[in-house]
Amino acid sequence: MSEIPLSHVLVLASILFSIGFVGVIARKNTLFILMSLEVMLNAVGVAFIGAGSAWQQADGQVMFILILTLAAAEVAVGLALLIQMQRRFKSLDIDLLSKLKG
Amino acid sequence: MSSSASSLSQTQLVMGLNSLQLMFYFAAALAIVASLKVVTGKNTVHSLLYLVVSLLAVAVCFYLLGAPFAAGLEVIVYAGAILVLFVFAIMMFGLGQDETLSAPQAHAFKLSNISLWFGPSIIAALLLAQLIFAIDNSALQEKLTSNIIEAKQVGILLYGPYLLAVEIASFLLLAGLIAGYHFAKPEGVSLDHNDLNQQKETGGHS
Repeated sequence: MSEIPLSHVLVLASILFSIGFVGVIARKNTLFILMSLEVMLNAVGVAFIGAGSAWQQADGQVMFILILTLAAAEVAVGLALLIQMQRRFKSLDIDLLSKLKG
Repeated sequence: MSSSASSLSQTQLVMGLNSLQLMFYFAAALAIVASLKVVTGKNTVHSLLYLVVSLLAVAVCFYLLGAPFAAGLEVIVYAGAILVLFVFAIMMFGLGQDETLSAPQAHAFKLSNISLWFGPSIIAALLLAQLIFAIDNSALQEKLTSNIIEAKQVGILLYGPYLLAVEIASFLLLAGLIAGYHFAKPEGVSLDHNDLNQQKETGGHS
C-alpha cells in the first residue's frame, strides 16, 4: 500500500491532462500542439503508475512502457509531418491546414 | 505509559508520512507549473526546456510512488530521447523564427540569454535538492523501499501475459520509423515505382 492516496495522484494526472488539452486546443503553432500532446500522454502515464502503486501490481508500469513507445512513435511521425509542413507553407500555423486539397 | 508511547509512534508515523506526501505534492506542483509554462510559452526553446523540467518532476513523482524503474525510463526515454527529437526538429525549423522576432535582439542579448535557462534551472535545482533529501533521509528511504515495484516483476509481466502487446508495440515503432522516414524525406528524392524500375533496368544492362 502506497503512502500517497490514489485520489491525489489522479488529481495530479487530471490537472496535467487538462493543461495539455488546453494547449492542444488553444495553441496555433503545431510544435506547441505536439508538446502539449506530450504533456497529455505523460499525465496518462502518471495515472497508470499511481494505480499500479496503489494496488501493488506491476501492470501499471507495463502500461507506462507501452505509452512510452506510443509517444516515441507519435513524436517521430508528428515531427516528420511538421518538417513537411514547414517545407510547404514556410510556417507552422495550424490554420494553414484548414483547407483540404481537391 | 503505553498509550503515550503508541501516540508517539503514531505521531512519528504521521510525520514521516507527511514528509513523503509533502515531497510528492511539491514535485507535483513543480510539474504543474512547468507544464503551464510549456503551454503558455512564446518561445519554442523556452517551452522545450520547461517540458524537460516537467518530465523530470513527474519522474520524481514516480520515484516517490515506488516505481524507480518507471522514473528512470521517464528520464532516459522521454527527457533523453523524445526531447532530443524535438530539439533536432527545432534546429531544422530555424529556431521558431515567427515566435522570436518580436524579442529584442542585439543589446539585450545577454539578458535574454540568462532568462532562457534561469526558470528551468531553478526548478531543476529544486528537484535535485528534493531527490538528494529523499536519498539522504533513511526513514523515508525505508518507507520507499517497502512498497517498491521492481523492474523484475515488470519484465516478467511484459514477456508473459503482455507479450502480444509488446509485439504490437514493436509494429507501432516500425510504422513510426517508416512514416518518419517517408514524411521527412526531401521533396526531390521521391522513390516511386518508375525510378525503381529504371534503376533495375540500368542495373541489369550494366
